[in-house]
Amino acid sequence: MNKVIRFLPLVLFVALGIVLFRGLSLDPTSLPSALIGKPFPEFSLAVVNDAQRTVTKADLKSGIKLVNVWGTWCPSCRVEHSFLLELSKSKRFSLYGLNYDDERGLAQQWLARLGDPYEFSAFDEQGKLSMNLGVYAAPETFVVDDLGIIRKRFAGPIDARVWRREFEPLIIQIEKERKQRSN
Amino acid sequence: MIPELGHFALIIALAFAICLSIVPLVGIISNHQKLITYAKPLTFGMFSFTAISIIILAYSFVTDDFSVKYVASHSNTHLPYYFKMSAIWGGHEGSLLLWVFSLTIWTAAVAKFSKDIEDVFIARVLAVLGMIVVGFIAFTILTSNPFDRLWPNVPMEGRDLNPLLQDVLFLIHPPILYMGYVGFAVAFAFAVAALMCGKLDAAWARWARPWTVAAWVFLTVGIALGSWWAYYELGWGGWWFWDPVENASFMPWLIGTALIHSLAVTEKRGAFRNWTVLLAIFAFSLSLLGTFIVRSGIITSVHSFAADPSRGMFILYLLAITVGGSLTLFAFRASNVASFSRFALYSRETAILICNIILVIACITVLLGTLYPLLVDAMGLGKMSVGPPYFNAVFVPIMSLLFIVMGIGPLIRWKKAKKGELRKQLSSPSVMSIFIGLAFPFVYGGEFNAWVTMGITLACWVQLVVLKELFNQTKLNNGRRSFARLTLSQWGMTIAHSGIAMTIVGITLVSIYETETNVKMIAGESVTVAGFDIRFDGVKQVQGPNYSADQGQITLSKNGDFISLLQPERRTYLVQTMGMTEAAMDAGLFRDVYIALGDPLSGNAWAIRVHFKPFVRWIWFGAMLMALGGVCAVMDKRYRRKKEKVIPTKASLSTEKCNDDVILQSSMTESMAQSVGKQS
Repeated sequence: MNKVIRFLPLVLFVALGIVLFRGLSLDPTSLPSALIGKPFPEFSLAVVNDAQRTVTKADLKSGIKLVNVWGTWCPSCRVEHSFLLELSKSKRFSLYGLNYDDERGLAQQWLARLGDPYEFSAFDEQGKLSMNLGVYAAPETFVVDDLGIIRKRFAGPIDARVWRREFEPLIIQIEKERKQRSN
Repeated sequence: MIPELGHFALIIALAFAICLSIVPLVGIISNHQKLITYAKPLTFGMFSFTAISIIILAYSFVTDDFSVKYVASHSNTHLPYYFKMSAIWGGHEGSLLLWVFSLTIWTAAVAKFSKDIEDVFIARVLAVLGMIVVGFIAFTILTSNPFDRLWPNVPMEGRDLNPLLQDVLFLIHPPILYMGYVGFAVAFAFAVAALMCGKLDAAWARWARPWTVAAWVFLTVGIALGSWWAYYELGWGGWWFWDPVENASFMPWLIGTALIHSLAVTEKRGAFRNWTVLLAIFAFSLSLLGTFIVRSGIITSVHSFAADPSRGMFILYLLAITVGGSLTLFAFRASNVASFSRFALYSRETAILICNIILVIACITVLLGTLYPLLVDAMGLGKMSVGPPYFNAVFVPIMSLLFIVMGIGPLIRWKKAKKGELRKQLSSPSVMSIFIGLAFPFVYGGEFNAWVTMGITLACWVQLVVLKELFNQTKLNNGRRSFARLTLSQWGMTIAHSGIAMTIVGITLVSIYETETNVKMIAGESVTVAGFDIRFDGVKQVQGPNYSADQGQITLSKNGDFISLLQPERRTYLVQTMGMTEAAMDAGLFRDVYIALGDPLSGNAWAIRVHFKPFVRWIWFGAMLMALGGVCAVMDKRYRRKKEKVIPTKASLSTEKCNDDVILQSSMTESMAQSVGKQS
């Protein structure tokens, strides 16, 4: 019996190794979304800064849209926040927030304190829209094109490097498509 | 040309490492004394050439050699020279070279300072360390060569170091942390060497102890520095985030802490032999696992390196060989000898065993929390994340239990506690700590708070017991007391346990009593936060070497007395166009006032965030005390005693109260007697 127990650490390690091996082939930042190529879902939610104001899909501007899922409970959101403020200056797209699983007071404080990069931030306490989008954790960022089609989903904080690698090419691509359509 | 020399030096170091991992072992098997003596020179060769390699990388940074890809992506001509030095470990390739370099430093140190240990044993240890070096130099050269060139398109300017890493602390934090991480390789090598020769007696534990404690000291300091860096550099005032990378360093620390205590038991009492070996293997395995987590990109973290599955695969192979190999060896070679030293339920052995088990459970919960997202993903159940709420909910009760038992440990006797003695010894510390714990929240906060009471009671408990034990130890046979009698290890334990108590106080008080206030201020305005008057005198534009910044001018005063001028900054780094908040703080032993400059608001107003952090420094002071205690234990002269002096004298055996050294000596004689018995 004692002899068998000695193999236990080895067995546990092998099991862990298999999980790690499996993990290598999964990319934690790319979330395959069933929604890619589909229209952005309909929604009707109040905004963070004003419980009385309800926004729907019609309130999203035309052009390229980024929808950033955030929460005050999420440290990585804080990391990417300063970069989002940079992004919000760009005229090439409009940036929307989707506040996920959060408290309104905290979320308002966050925006007041760190600055508000969003056109508006929808307050999704019950996770209605987030559920439809299949959000697992914050931060996640969706790219929606001129036609309202979801083109990309990115999990994890965005910084300048990630932006250049993951987003910039797609934005250029969408702009190209727009030009082709108008021709 | 110069960078190629660095690359070449690394290849030569690899050759030395390969020889080191083969030649001494061949010598042992074929009984060639000559080959065994090659172990040390080979070690020094390996160390020297790795050193040359990292020095050349440093040279490339200092001379702004942007033809080297690694330099081009992590440095810039405007970067101050000291940050160029820290840029050496600012990315994956260079930090891996630092990893290898730390390992060769440890290996060389083992070769240099092990004159008292049998040559055959040390040759085995060095060979095992050599094998690990082979794996990691191969990893560096094959997948992550820091000397790769950018021919022919040499950039004029580098991409600059990540602004978060442009900090003086980053010069010392990674080397110290790596020394700790990697240092557990030494304990691992001792354990594997002991398994190889099948002698799991007290001797290997005695030899491995100072090395393990030394590694633990580095790891403790490294983690504390990391936490401190996060505190002031990230600008959120937090000091621990349960981020996967933090967990990666914390798990080996938990197991390492268990290991240094378990080694003590194995050395002094001959008990827990298999357990100790297993802990030694796990401590290093977790360091490797940490390296894997940080570098393979399987888990998202704020500070992981660029993900690359091929690198992950390589580390996974290394992990499989090292850990799988050593655990297989353990399965076949674990000690069959039942512990010859029996102990009663009420004994120090039991207390240490319980603490050990709790530490291991704590480590498993951290491991689960860290790997859970991956586990769920790997089983195809979707993606999810585990945050601080999980860790806090699980960790606080486990640790509280640990501290209760940890309090008993130092006072209880080895082998068997005398009847009634325990109650007599522990009654006054327990009553006192509960009293102080109950009184503290009223005195400090003005109202009762159960968490504060719990934290302070536990801290006092740990502290009072260890002081009492120290005081007990000063008692001489003639009834007088003498502090000169105390050994350095006794001081070490007292200091390290006091450090734990101090850290508990810091964590408890800062978690409960910290405040965060957000205010909107115009130049000339004042606010009062936690009794401090804060006057905002506007914002100045300042230029740094590679950034420009808005610098807030904030005067901190209390009751009209000026305390300090705080200048928090919002920096924009020119090359990476990245914004950074540089908080300013007025630090004190009992409180920090921590101010971060927010955004400019309309009408010349600025958002300003003021944190009041009571006792936050105690967290890191406590860690420094733990490290200091470790240093004392390493310096204890019994580790440097010559082999022949171990034989106990009559005088020392006649000492009535068993002093540690006597136990050590008697257990040494026991184990010597045993090994003699085996031979005959």
